[in-house]
Amino acid sequence: MGDERQIIAQRAAHEVKDGMIVNLGIGIPSLVPDYLDSSIRVFFQAENGILGMGPTPAGNADGNLSNAAGLPVTILPGGSYFDSAIAFGMIRRGCVNVSILGALQVSERGDLANWIVPGKRVPGVGGAMELAYGAKNLIALMTHCEKDGRPKILNKCTLPITAFHCVKKIITEMAVFAIHDHAMVLEEIMPGFSLSNIKTHTEADFKLSPQLKETSP
Amino acid sequence: MSLFNKVTDYETVKSVFFDGMTLLFGGFGGVGTPPGLIDCLIESGATNINLIGNDAGFPWIGMGKFICLERAQSLVASHIGSNPVAGDLMNQGKLKVEFSPQGILIERIRAGGVGLDGFLTQIGMGTNLAYEKPIVKIGDQEFLYEAPITGDVAIVYAKKADTFGNLIFDKTARNTNPYVAMASKVTIVEAEEIVPMGTLNPEEIIVPGIYVKHIVPSQGYNWKWKWEMNDKS
Repeated sequence: MGDERQIIAQRAAHEVKDGMIVNLGIGIPSLVPDYLDSSIRVFFQAENGILGMGPTPAGNADGNLSNAAGLPVTILPGGSYFDSAIAFGMIRRGCVNVSILGALQVSERGDLANWIVPGKRVPGVGGAMELAYGAKNLIALMTHCEKDGRPKILNKCTLPITAFHCVKKIITEMAVFAIHDHAMVLEEIMPGFSLSNIKTHTEADFKLSPQLKETSP
Repeated sequence: MSLFNKVTDYETVKSVFFDGMTLLFGGFGGVGTPPGLIDCLIESGATNINLIGNDAGFPWIGMGKFICLERAQSLVASHIGSNPVAGDLMNQGKLKVEFSPQGILIERIRAGGVGLDGFLTQIGMGTNLAYEKPIVKIGDQEFLYEAPITGDVAIVYAKKADTFGNLIFDKTARNTNPYVAMASKVTIVEAEEIVPMGTLNPEEIIVPGIYVKHIVPSQGYNWKWKWEMNDKS
């Protein structure tokens, strides 16, 4: 399980390009910076009020300097602090190039469900609706199936929706899908899996990309 | 107390809290939530409070400490996941929770604070969080109407306040505080440092003192952050 999360984060890191403004959700997305090549320079935006968020401090953590998950962070040269209205203003306005969010379910049309499992988990929506609305590129990360094997990539989400038609890419430990014009395309098969594995564990209808490839580990 | 000296003590501000009030609170996961004023609220005995703020904190951090006492009747917040007690109270019907997208919530508070009558957005359209919000059609496009939020009382945490109530914040502890400070009838500020007027650089003041009613000195955070704790919780 832990391994799957690392594999997903490692693949997601390839989506982050030099010069981007990036917002990372909690959960698997928070692991992505560990896999960024040191040659890539980006600014991480955190919706609690930082642009240019740096890594975890080596020592002397400051209670007033944290990421959106409440963990201590640092600020890079050129970084800034701002209030919540500005933080979401830049998100809605489309200033964030890529938003990488954890997901519970994604539909073949790119609908995202990631804020509540009624009667079980009630985390709340946080900033996910705005990120889904404003980010130029929204990437959803999740394990391919539920623990009991039920698919999470569906014709139609069964959990309450965070935002409709917003996910552009899905990365799981088994596959990478792109969603264009409300249609899903399998772009990559992750190492150790086959097309038939993926078909078995995916409810959503998808086409195969002409460039379909197996990702190197 | 005068317009130019709003500094007071916790005993005095305790009487500002009342049963059934709508209380706006600053902070994001407890960062920027005023620790002394949370304790003051708890000691005030005020109950049936309607809370509005970014989140439910943690059970031992921020507004979470008060929520665990079951003296809040409602909460408008963007998430409650870090405080399982809030989720339990919600599921038991003891706490009415209205979820709002985080950036929409702060804009609603901002609208209340700047005298606007609300705003339109497509965020949340067609989802459970549209609740019974009015839908406004302009041309071919539909929008949700988001109403402004105001409070009876607001509690705010600042890095520095002068005696007029001009405020400066610290790093990510700023978050919702500037707008929470603007949107209530009575705003109480807990400040880490209180300085004479003329000490703060006017170019650097984030919230002008006009919005502030009372200022109390802070002893700093009196809880441990989750990352400071060694146990599994």
